Amino acid sequence: MLSIENITHSIDVWLYGTFNPTAALLLESLIVGLCAITLFAVLGLVLVLMERKVSAYMQIRLGPNRVGPGGALQTVADTLKLAMKEGLTPDGADKFLFNLAPFMVIVVAMLILVPVAFAKGTQIWDINIGVLYISAVSSLSVIGILMAGWASNNKYSLLGAMRSGAQIVSYELSAGLSIISIVTLTGSLRISDIIDSQQDGWWLFKGHIPAMISFVIFIIAVTAETNRAPFDLAEAESELTAGFHTEYSGMKFALFFLAEYVNIFIVCAIAATLFLGGWMPLHIGHWTAFNHAMDYIPSSLWFIGKTFFLIFVIMWFRWTFPRLRIDQLLSLEWKYLLPLSLFNLLLMTLISIKGWHF
Amino acid sequence: MNASAVVFYILSAFILATGLLAVTSRKIFRTAIWLLFSLTGVAGLYFWLGMQFIAAVQVVVYVGGIVVLIIFSIFLTQQSGKDLPSPLRRRTVFSALAACIGFALTCLLLSRYSSFRVKESDYDFAPDMSISAIGNQLLSTSEHGYVLPFEVISILLLAAMIGCIVIAMKSKPGDK
Repeated sequence: MLSIENITHSIDVWLYGTFNPTAALLLESLIVGLCAITLFAVLGLVLVLMERKVSAYMQIRLGPNRVGPGGALQTVADTLKLAMKEGLTPDGADKFLFNLAPFMVIVVAMLILVPVAFAKGTQIWDINIGVLYISAVSSLSVIGILMAGWASNNKYSLLGAMRSGAQIVSYELSAGLSIISIVTLTGSLRISDIIDSQQDGWWLFKGHIPAMISFVIFIIAVTAETNRAPFDLAEAESELTAGFHTEYSGMKFALFFLAEYVNIFIVCAIAATLFLGGWMPLHIGHWTAFNHAMDYIPSSLWFIGKTFFLIFVIMWFRWTFPRLRIDQLLSLEWKYLLPLSLFNLLLMTLISIKGWHF
Repeated sequence: MNASAVVFYILSAFILATGLLAVTSRKIFRTAIWLLFSLTGVAGLYFWLGMQFIAAVQVVVYVGGIVVLIIFSIFLTQQSGKDLPSPLRRRTVFSALAACIGFALTCLLLSRYSSFRVKESDYDFAPDMSISAIGNQLLSTSEHGYVLPFEVISILLLAAMIGCIVIAMKSKPGDK
């Protein structure tokens, strides 16, 4: 049967059979890098189009509909336009850091991609500390934003960066605690172990109410961490023009934009992995016939389906809720979400020790 | 020189170069960013050694925590756009002297105790680096367990946290 696992395996065998190990390893790294960059480009195009179409649907209008069939090529045209534009560096800016910041943001987004399992047996590095690696590296993304805000030498940018920093640092706690609550159930940080443990049902259903609570907290926290509405205070256009990327133009702006959408994809992929079984098809306990029927759908489709469903939910938030004020945002995290997730973690530990989950 | 050694030298050169830039840069925000790169390079070195947990902790604590804290305090306190005044000559000389002495001490120790150098045969002995082993060791009450230092550090951190809250707490205008 043709699957991504077989294709990658046969490429691996062919490379190691043809070249010496060092050259084969280098070539494989090159292929993986090219795949990652291609994925980024495709994700940028697809997600921006999806955002515009979803927002149009929510507001009962058509959205982009001129370029290509049904407006499908609109984002390609937009990207070409951005690539043509001049990348302006303001005179008063710290030029080195100003130009470094967009690359920093995009490199961090690429690094988080490493342990994500895209399909059965398709993972760049099945690292021993999987989810810890993800939460460690994602804490780096705030640096790029702070750098951009400071180097622009603009008060709006600096304010946006400060808000974003406060927001990301606070919401990381809740996201981390929700991840830990799933780790207590699986007993492993490795992504492949977490997916394998969901063979007889997804944790969202197997873990009773605490799993659902931590799923909801995780979705709220990652919406805040990726600076999406209703938590988009870092760029709140009605208050700060465009927040930390006010001074950016051309491809440098496009990199920030791309990083935002790629980050949404990554956090949704992680949520799908932790709570909805990643590439694992919908299995229910020991219903063998049902499970076999579900196995006929390829694992990559399951992964993409779940991830895009969660992305749709996050886009839905954007067009449904009004933006919070910065003090409301911080009190939501510190006074409500953090105590709730701490209590939830205790409950989850009790369930996992007593073996009450299915 | 194999590929592993090449990676090691690249990482080390990166750490040293960014560390040097961190202490010589005249803009305080750039100093923080160079420090960040240096610490990330150390995390990379841990990854190179195969110590993934330590590497992740290095990133979480130093890069994600301490450097962000430093950047925030720079934003809130310093006039971060201006160049720092150049340090006093006397201080520069003494710092250079201290750095040289530290380097010499390290070299001396390494040359004297070179018998600790890892031999080829030592590579067979792979310590158990899984997370569960680290967790068990950290909380074990047996002879080589680390539960006592763990608890002492917890109390220290709790005390520091309470202290911060007390300092930051504003008393309401009505009550005294």
